[in-house]
Amino acid sequence: MEHLLSLFIRSVFIENMALAFFLGMCTFLAISKQIKASIGLSVAVVVTMAITTPLNNLAYRYLMSDGALAWAGMPEVDLSFLGLISYIGIIAAAVQILEMFLDKYVPSLYNTLGIFLPLITVNCAILGAALFMVERDYTFSESFVYGTGAGCGWAMAIISLAGIKEKLKYSDIPAGMQGLGISFICAGLMALGFMSFGGIDI
Amino acid sequence: MSAKPSTRKILTEPIIDNNPVILQVLGICSALAVTSSMKTAVVMSIGLTIVTAVCCFFISLVRNHTPSSIRIIVQMTIAASAVIVVDQILKAVVYDISKQLSVFVGLIITNCIVMGRMEGYAMKNPPIPSFIDGIGNGLGYSALLILLATFREILGRGTWFGWEVIPTVTNDGWYIPNGLLLLPPSAFFLIGFIIWALRSWKPAQQEKIEFRIAPNSRAVPEAC
Repeated sequence: MEHLLSLFIRSVFIENMALAFFLGMCTFLAISKQIKASIGLSVAVVVTMAITTPLNNLAYRYLMSDGALAWAGMPEVDLSFLGLISYIGIIAAAVQILEMFLDKYVPSLYNTLGIFLPLITVNCAILGAALFMVERDYTFSESFVYGTGAGCGWAMAIISLAGIKEKLKYSDIPAGMQGLGISFICAGLMALGFMSFGGIDI
Repeated sequence: MSAKPSTRKILTEPIIDNNPVILQVLGICSALAVTSSMKTAVVMSIGLTIVTAVCCFFISLVRNHTPSSIRIIVQMTIAASAVIVVDQILKAVVYDISKQLSVFVGLIITNCIVMGRMEGYAMKNPPIPSFIDGIGNGLGYSALLILLATFREILGRGTWFGWEVIPTVTNDGWYIPNGLLLLPPSAFFLIGFIIWALRSWKPAQQEKIEFRIAPNSRAVPEAC
């Protein structure tokens, strides 16, 4: 239990998806103009990551890793090169199912998240979590905790960036720096702040 | 389309005038992560250029047979297949670099440049121009990546492609490497400054200012 808790803390702060690995940057910079929109997007990301990382873990463990097909009588088959295509397929399918489920049972949430859901398939943070999970060989429960933690870390980063950008609205920024340029500088300063968590080893 | 753009224009426009990273805000994730040394940056650029060009070509071939409701899945599948091929080739030929790039080769699939060009250009244009457009955007991305990596490697390590450019203190030279440039945040600052430089040079790319303080306004005295 303690081990899972420290994995969670590590994935939220020390290995923050957005600020330490630069994943999900496109949406991170594009959808951070208003706090409200960024909260909607981050809820969708956390949910998708918490679902797809364990799903991909199962798919990798029982279908694709070296010798995984032993239960089907094919112990020499190594399908791990098919990893990428299956992870993205699983993610796309999960997002589609989530969208249909929300549309049917929670229409109010669907209306808030609606426009963000298609964006999530191409959010690299989600595919990144799946790939890191495979590279570090997490177990099923670890992968669930890692997916949730990484999602929360990304959510925290985008919401704080949106907060900073809302405050920056009225400041006098040089014309060439307006918009994208200043977002990069803000994100850089935030990443510098997050580096203070580095070196902590739980 | 009234005036058909020339091949040359399709190829060179994305490099400065319509750079995918700086202007279209696409593909930033990997632009930041792989630029701490030249070798990884160059391998990544080649990989991305090939993937983008090939994907655009194939998407453009099937564009008239793809119902628009499933186009994202079709695009994803084509991109994933191309990336798997590149990934396997890298693992076979330059294993060390492919270990350093770790997950970022796989993340070419969700790189917005690939998706963005397939969706924005290849779905509407014939295969050959789409292929060239893919190469052009790949080159625009590569230009930025190589510029960033040059700064970061020379100032951060004193080397370029591993060759010594500035003799560092540890090798009996005079230069004390700036370690910050090898760390993630420096990439954000550098891209920020490159954007600033490029937009000062080409003011047409500047963004509209959303809010402006009215002229002649004074600070309101603190209300107690």
